[in-house]
Amino acid sequence: MSVLRLFTGRAASAPVARERLQILLAHERSLRGQPDLLMQLREEILAVVSRHVLLDPDKVIVRMDRGKHVSTLEVDIELPNGADRAFASAG
Amino acid sequence: MAKVLVVTSGKGGVGKTTTTAAMGAALAQAGEKVVVVDFDVGLRNLDLVMGAERRVVFDLINVVHGVAKLPQALIRDKRLENLWLLPASQTKDKDALTEEGVGRVIAELRKSFDWVICDSPAGIERGAMLAMRYADEAIIVTNPEVSSVRDSDRIIGMLDSKTVRAETGERVEKHILITRYDAGRAARGEMLSIDDVLEILATPLLGIVPESQDVLRASNVGCPVTLNSPASAPARAYHDAMRRLLGEAVEMQIPSERKGLMNLLLGRRAA
Repeated sequence: MSVLRLFTGRAASAPVARERLQILLAHERSLRGQPDLLMQLREEILAVVSRHVLLDPDKVIVRMDRGKHVSTLEVDIELPNGADRAFASAG
Repeated sequence: MAKVLVVTSGKGGVGKTTTTAAMGAALAQAGEKVVVVDFDVGLRNLDLVMGAERRVVFDLINVVHGVAKLPQALIRDKRLENLWLLPASQTKDKDALTEEGVGRVIAELRKSFDWVICDSPAGIERGAMLAMRYADEAIIVTNPEVSSVRDSDRIIGMLDSKTVRAETGERVEKHILITRYDAGRAARGEMLSIDDVLEILATPLLGIVPESQDVLRASNVGCPVTLNSPASAPARAYHDAMRRLLGEAVEMQIPSERKGLMNLLLGRRAA
C-alpha cells in the first residue's frame, strides 16, 4: 500500500475517517438517553443568576465546544444596564 | 411465524428502497410469502422501483384510516405471485400515520405473510420511528462513509430503545448491510473497510453489495435488481444476504463485476 502511495502521492484517508468516527461515536453514545445537557445547564444557570439580578431569559447563551483533549463551556449572559440596582432597590 | 423486518439507515440515499425491493423479490423467489410496505409517506418511491406505480389505488394511510380494506390496497407483483406491495401515500403528510393504526395494519399483515418488510423513510423522525416500531428484525443499510456510519449508529440506538421489542425487554435482531462498496477504493485506503464499519457499529454483517450500474438500470425499468439482472454482482450479493436472513450459513464474499485485463492493470473500476 505504501508503494502505491508513493506513486499516487496521496495518504490514505480511510484511517482518518475511522478515527474521527470512533471519537465522535464514543461521545454521542455516552450522551444517548440522557436529557439534553446544554438545555439543563442553561435552565439551572438561568435560575441561579436570576435570583440575584434581573435578566432577559432570551439573552442567556450556553455553548459547548468539544476539543480533542479539553472541552469548554461558554456562558454568555447579557445584563441590561442598571438591572442589578433595579433589583436591589426592588428587594 | 411471520417476521417483521425494517429496512432503515437514518441517512437518505444509501439504498433502503433498492434493498427492500431486492430482498423482497429474493425472499419471494425462495418461496416465502412477502409484502413490502412503503413508510415514506409523502415521498413514496417503492412503487416506482417495483414497477407498480400505475397500479396504486389505495395506500397505507387509507388502510390506517379505514378508508380502504387491506386487501384493496395490496398490489400483487406481476412477476412473482408471492410478492405484494403496500404503497405509501403521495399526498398526505407523515402525521397521517398513527402508532396504533400502524400496529393494527402490521398485525393484520402478520396473519397472511411470512415476511413484512418495512421500507423506512430517511431521518429519525416520526415516519422512521413508526417503520421500526413493530420490527422483529432490522437491516441497517450503511455506506462505507462517515455520515452514513454515524447515522447508522444513531438508528441502532433507536432500535435498542424505541421499538416495541426493546420496551418489552426483547431485542430486535439487527443486521448491517453495506451497500455501494468499492473494493478497489477500500484496498487503496480511500474508503472505510468492511472491518472498520463493523468494528465501529459492533453489529453483525448480513452482506456486502458492491457499487454497480445494475442497480440504476434496474430502478430505471422498475424491477428489483435481483429479478432484473440475477447474475449481476449486486443481485448475487442480495441473494446471499437473503439466504443468511433465512438462517443459512453462506460464506461472506464481495461479489465482483467481471473486469477486463486492461481495467485490472489500470486499476479502473469496472463499468
